[in-house]
Amino acid sequence: MTEIATNTPVRIDSPSKRIAKQFIEDPVAVVGLILFGLVALIAIAAPWLAPQNPYDLAQLNIMDSSLPPGETSFDTEMTYWLGTDQQGRDMLSAIMYGLRISLLVATVSLALAITIGTIVGVFAAFFGGRLDSIIMRIVDLQLSFPAILIALILLALLGRGVDKVIMALVIVQWAYYARTVRSSAMVERSKDYIDAARCLGLPSRRIMFRHLLPNCVPPLIVVATVQIAQAIALEATLSFLGVGVPITEPSLGLLIANGYDYLLSGNYWISVFPGIALVVTIIAINLVGDRLRDVLNPRLQK
Amino acid sequence: MSFDTILQIDGVSKRFSKDLDLAERTARKLGAKIAPATVHAVDTVNLDIRRGEVLGLVGESGCGKSTLGRMVAGLTTPSEGRILYNGQDVSTLKGAAARDAALKIQMIFQDPMSSLNPRLQVREIVGEAPRFHGIVQRNQMASYVEDLLDQVGLDPSMGKRYPHQFSGGQRARIGIARALAVRPHFLVCDESVAALDVSIQAQVLNLFVKLRQDFDLTYLFVSHDLGVVEHISDRIAVMYLGRIVELGESEDLIARPNHPYTQALVSEIPTFETGKKIYHAIEGEIPSPMNPPTGCHFHPRCPHAFDRCRVEVPALKEVAPGRLSACHLNDRAT
Amino acid sequence: MTALLDVKNLQTHFFTRDGVAKAVDGVSFSLDRGQILGLVGESGSGKSVTGFSILGLIDPPGRVAGGQILFDGDDLLAGGEAIMRNLRGKRIAMIFQDPMMTLNPVLRVDTQMVETVRAHDNVSKAEALRRSREALVQVGISSPDERLQSYPHQFSGGMRQRVAIAIALLHKPDLIIADEPTTALDVTIQAQILSEVQNICAQSGTALIWITHDLAVVSGLADRLAVMYAGRIIEEGPTSDVISNPRHPYTRGLIDSVPQGKRHGAMLTQIKGMTPSLLKLPQGCKFAPRCPRADRVCEVEPTLDPAGPDRSVRCHHPHSEANGKATS
Repeated sequence: MTEIATNTPVRIDSPSKRIAKQFIEDPVAVVGLILFGLVALIAIAAPWLAPQNPYDLAQLNIMDSSLPPGETSFDTEMTYWLGTDQQGRDMLSAIMYGLRISLLVATVSLALAITIGTIVGVFAAFFGGRLDSIIMRIVDLQLSFPAILIALILLALLGRGVDKVIMALVIVQWAYYARTVRSSAMVERSKDYIDAARCLGLPSRRIMFRHLLPNCVPPLIVVATVQIAQAIALEATLSFLGVGVPITEPSLGLLIANGYDYLLSGNYWISVFPGIALVVTIIAINLVGDRLRDVLNPRLQK
Repeated sequence: MSFDTILQIDGVSKRFSKDLDLAERTARKLGAKIAPATVHAVDTVNLDIRRGEVLGLVGESGCGKSTLGRMVAGLTTPSEGRILYNGQDVSTLKGAAARDAALKIQMIFQDPMSSLNPRLQVREIVGEAPRFHGIVQRNQMASYVEDLLDQVGLDPSMGKRYPHQFSGGQRARIGIARALAVRPHFLVCDESVAALDVSIQAQVLNLFVKLRQDFDLTYLFVSHDLGVVEHISDRIAVMYLGRIVELGESEDLIARPNHPYTQALVSEIPTFETGKKIYHAIEGEIPSPMNPPTGCHFHPRCPHAFDRCRVEVPALKEVAPGRLSACHLNDRAT
Repeated sequence: MTALLDVKNLQTHFFTRDGVAKAVDGVSFSLDRGQILGLVGESGSGKSVTGFSILGLIDPPGRVAGGQILFDGDDLLAGGEAIMRNLRGKRIAMIFQDPMMTLNPVLRVDTQMVETVRAHDNVSKAEALRRSREALVQVGISSPDERLQSYPHQFSGGMRQRVAIAIALLHKPDLIIADEPTTALDVTIQAQILSEVQNICAQSGTALIWITHDLAVVSGLADRLAVMYAGRIIEEGPTSDVISNPRHPYTRGLIDSVPQGKRHGAMLTQIKGMTPSLLKLPQGCKFAPRCPRADRVCEVEPTLDPAGPDRSVRCHHPHSEANGKATS
């Protein structure tokens, strides 16, 4: 209810710098960001960081199977800090490689879904009318089914494979972005700067992509951080259920599923450590996402 | 008398209708009394704007003045009628000719914040259109933009800043520089100073006066504030609920308003009368343009209304040289 | 007779990320019963914050950091929230620029008004309804019974503001603080409301603080004017004296900035520059960088000193009483 007008701006930061400054004011979010950075780094650098290549059968030793965390290998000097699975695979290495697959699937599907959703959303908002109605009804229809259900049906039809999981995730997720972009584009479209651009004789495509789209990005970033966590979880679920990635390229979800059978016989580490890795990743992303939402939402700013 | 007409508004109307949605259409088929709502935002307006003049268009909310301004600027198409620029109907032109004609009419918007793209630097905001249309060579771009910023009273070195780093008055100036960048001959100013503080408003009004001389501009100056309009305009058109009710030379119109509505507006021009002011408020509310009164739209609020006003729409006709008014009282007097 | 409201050295500061913004910095004024004070300033001058401070409606990061607000002899700042809540709405009422700040969009007008009456007075529902009706008639609403049974969204902007004013009048308050209540309205509607408000204050003896950026609006309404700039009152006095003979260069500039028809087509006298940021106020006189009369002396901040009968001005080089020449 009270407002102070600081008419003459004192800062000369660019908008992104201002957002960065505000972001780091929340230590929890910074921890989240650091954690996520670590996770991403591990995933990217897995082939160089991991003690062994868990899918090179020549490196595995069946004598080392189902060792608890901290045990040393039967014939080499190697210590299995997180134990081994029933094939003698180092769990630490398996998790690193699993993380790599999980993040790969999530980010690629995210990028594709954002691209498709954004283009569709901006078109719908900018041209409105019938095109808008048709697109938005499709979006509504899609969002009225649970994502997991659609993904299961698709994968049952398509079969297993990293590319197929990505395709399923894109089909499940594009509608969220289309809806988000459309609603913010509707708000932006009614602002005078769009009219001004039209007055200046700039073509629709230029107005859409140079003027309208960049101003729809903040809510998109928020949705994307939530959705990437969702995508990771969804992929893990699908793989856990055995319709996701193939056994030759196991993600975290598949690792958890593999250990599931041995959980009750006391070999907890085969499931639990991949599970922890999954949870940490998702929490880290959500922490970052929450803070981004606060920082990017103009209504929450003073 | 003949004047050089730059822009002719010829029988222009604009209707906005809200179409029924599926549920409403179904209900209607089942017999519910739902009709698509139609607003006559602008109702058969004729207006000639002379080259080099400032025509003030004044009226209260819902009178259609902004819609008329947007049609002139080409942002909205008329439902009926034509808008002729230099004798040509801009909407019938094609290709480069259409674009060149469109660029000659630019608009200055009300809200100094939302009319600037927050993600672009000022030099991009101002320079984008002239570069895109090839008005200026790429290598002369920087000096062109600096020159424009200087013309509107901004420090040319501020081109690399973003809109949020400017005050309201400065943002208004950026909006003006952006319009001038495509070398227009005609500016539509839609409430362009309404959002500014009084002291800043005076600065921007002065800028408009200066630019008019520097660039040989013609203005259509749309505002609710008759005080501001009177100050800047050569002629004033008064609108009420979609129609022009009076048109005349500024000083004359303010000194001797003919239409009762103009009289009411004139009596509310801010003055610094000392001592308690007696307010002669006209009665009643502004009717909804969805459901305007019959006959003369002003009759329910008019102190002089008589039977004819309720049934017959008064025509806009000459009541004195250079003065048009749409009021039945003028027939009575003679 | 003691003043109804006596504000002494009010300080309201906002503790922001970028520093302390002194939105109100040492504002003092007093108001008698039945008097109308026009509090005038541009955006960022602190005029609204002053009004909100009196009502105890300053939200964090803002805080009343000092001073006294004496209402009928009681210090509102020392009394705590309970006393304030008791006064607010009963003896001090507020009218906002946006009437929807007062009105609840999902409740009928009669429900809201009856609730407001019964919040402070233990009366029957019928009595509360009677009072509500009376208040609506008082603000010039012609068919009060019909209006009572409507929802706020069924009204035009002007009608909503009337209803908000009627609600403010329900308890016959001693003081009404009105923050730009006619700014969003059309001129003909604004004139109606100004005339109603003028009548109400004259009849009921309610004191009124009318906060506005528009000097012309209050010049015909207020008994006294206080002009604010950068959180300070820079000129204060009887309306007619201030308008006809502004002493502070800023007040003069404001008056000259309003197009009044007499100088048609010519350049307006303008105040150069722009309102300073509260976070980056100049040293000394806050208006000096924009002032045509500023010199070395203005590097020291002037105080609000008496200037003529019943007037004061905060300036080292005020315009003289008779003409535009400096007295110092």
